[in-house]
Amino acid sequence: MSQTVPIGPTNLVLNKVIAVATDVFQVPQASLGPASTPDTIETWDSLHHLSFVLALEQEFNVQFSPEEIEQLLSIELTTALVEEKVKGNGSSNGSGI
Amino acid sequence: MAHSKELRELVEGCLAEGRWAQAHACLGDFWRKEGRAAAANYVLSCYEKMKGHLPLVQTRIAFLRSMTVEPLVPILRSAALAEGIDATVHVGQFNSYAQEILDPASALYAFDPNIVVLAIQTRDIAPEIWDGYADLTEADAQSAVDRVLRDFGAWVRTFRERSNASLVIHNLEKPAASLGVLETQRKAGQLTAIEQINAGLRALCSEHRGVHVLDYDALVAQHGRARWHDEGKWLMVRMPFAPDSMLPMAGAWLKFIHPLTGVVCKVLAVDLDNTLWGGVLGEDGVDGLKLGVEYPGALYRGFQRAVLDLHQRGILLAVCSKNNHDEAMAALQNHPGMLLRPEHFAAFRINWQDKAQNLREIAEELNVGIDSIAFFDDNPVERELVRSEAPEVKVIPVPSHVQGYTQALRDCPFFERLTLSSEDQVKTKQYHEQRKRSDLAQTSGSLEDFFRSLEQEVVIANVTPDSIARVAQLTQKTNQYNVTTRRYTEQQIAEFVSRPDCGVYSVGVKDRFGDNGIVGVLITRTEDDVCEIDTFLLSCRVIGRTIETAMLGFLTDAGKARGASLLQGWFIPTKKNAPVKDLYESHKFRPVASENGATLWSLNLGEANIPFPEWIRLHVTNGSHRSNESRA
Repeated sequence: MSQTVPIGPTNLVLNKVIAVATDVFQVPQASLGPASTPDTIETWDSLHHLSFVLALEQEFNVQFSPEEIEQLLSIELTTALVEEKVKGNGSSNGSGI
Repeated sequence: MAHSKELRELVEGCLAEGRWAQAHACLGDFWRKEGRAAAANYVLSCYEKMKGHLPLVQTRIAFLRSMTVEPLVPILRSAALAEGIDATVHVGQFNSYAQEILDPASALYAFDPNIVVLAIQTRDIAPEIWDGYADLTEADAQSAVDRVLRDFGAWVRTFRERSNASLVIHNLEKPAASLGVLETQRKAGQLTAIEQINAGLRALCSEHRGVHVLDYDALVAQHGRARWHDEGKWLMVRMPFAPDSMLPMAGAWLKFIHPLTGVVCKVLAVDLDNTLWGGVLGEDGVDGLKLGVEYPGALYRGFQRAVLDLHQRGILLAVCSKNNHDEAMAALQNHPGMLLRPEHFAAFRINWQDKAQNLREIAEELNVGIDSIAFFDDNPVERELVRSEAPEVKVIPVPSHVQGYTQALRDCPFFERLTLSSEDQVKTKQYHEQRKRSDLAQTSGSLEDFFRSLEQEVVIANVTPDSIARVAQLTQKTNQYNVTTRRYTEQQIAEFVSRPDCGVYSVGVKDRFGDNGIVGVLITRTEDDVCEIDTFLLSCRVIGRTIETAMLGFLTDAGKARGASLLQGWFIPTKKNAPVKDLYESHKFRPVASENGATLWSLNLGEANIPFPEWIRLHVTNGSHRSNESRA
């Protein structure tokens, strides 16, 4: 898995995913990065995972299928999927990123 | 209002410097702006830091559920904290609501909740109606309806025996997709079956004290049946709500939590120009105002309808407007488009002084705390001024276009009420009578002449099922003339009534200006030779008229009749009850103990002599209106 953070819109998406994760998991923003997973974030349990998914859906105005919810198991994977969905929604996703 | 990021920084700055009230206000603003799933945990973590420093009302809420509600809990708690309510929440085991109610040793009862929400869905409790209705014969459908209502009935009765908590039951929603046009042609269709269950639930709740229906079906419909749910998450994690449904769901719970915790507003103060009518009276003249049945005047008239609905619910109305007094009163009185008229308002401040000062004066005139006032004004500058100069006032967020005013008002949870007493409906009339009484006091020579001229009649009655709602309401709302400020629900009052060692009395007051209705409550508990006054309260409408002396006189008689030799009562000081602080001392009670700032006062009934005010006629009744004993 690549650790390089792409520049451009992904960076904006990544920053916003991290901001949501910071609030939902209640951890310092600096402790979160693309490589953060439920194993590295203590509060990332199954209930918080559900809250994280709901918050992302609301913030980015997207919807995840059950299969996708099970895949959102790192900040990097989450960012990639969100970016794909936001693109699918068209350029104006209304979420103000 | 500042941007979210600035608000966060402001909150964190206030927290770091220990400016708790300001931190609370800013966090409330942040939540009202950013109230979504993502912000809830952040908001809660901030509240954790300031909680101990804020005067929050505590409540304990238990959820019995057939669905995943956990992600909604932080949202509900954040929304409640923004309104000053600190809710401790317990979520029952998934789908074990029946066991939790039926088992006296369950975690539900161990949690000792104040409020229990029974959140179950049609598809869980009536699966044969929800899914597979086409398989049912008419008789099958009827027996499913009967079974569901039988179950609810058994749960409610058992719950009521085991707990004094209030119970809020979600009614059953109808499905988003109809079975087809045949559905509405049949006498016994799927929707009819669900409606039958909901009608049965309403009847069940009206039979039991403190059991209420949350109209979940209407809530889902209001937001759109097709959009409310997220089928994928329902199947995967038993979470039925789409993300955008979470805040409305929490809001619907909050509408019950406000009246159940007594965090309510008693007064709505409204502006006039561009609020009750369109246009500016001073510039457009009374004929230029937009108000009537045509657009755009109809929008203002619609808003007046919503204000009038609150008036009928017992909310007092006040005008707080910058205008020339006589001109505005003439418009209120004579404009043909007005639904509201001067007689609907209990107080007027139509002048050019600042509105924070006017609101303080309205609070004083109506004898309510300033935190009981909500303020509706189209002008953001006025709203901001009131927020900073009179921060206790609930300033209602007003949308930028008049089209949204009505909904903004109807959405305010602090105007919600669960019961409507006859006192509520005639309250404004009583305030008008009060104004005449004050005028009389100014013209009477001596205070005693004034008391005599009032022709007061006090009726003390044992509390009956008819008066329980009003008595409980008084314990929840009376702040000033209340020695112990103990808040009781209707069930708790009913329990006192059923106990032989307790006396529970309502106090009614009439005078030459009218009937004030039930305005006082007395609760006593007698053990051996001590009669303890648990509750002694009087509405501030009638204080300063020696009614309290008549009430204490009654208690000495009642105590003796119960074989007590001492009459005792605690005075527990609060921020608001200074008016009652000298009650016991001025009636010759002696202090005998103190604890955490509270004082226990005692009166020896053998030597007690409370001089009965000769200007009051006292009737003591067993609860009916017939007088058993009269003392002049």
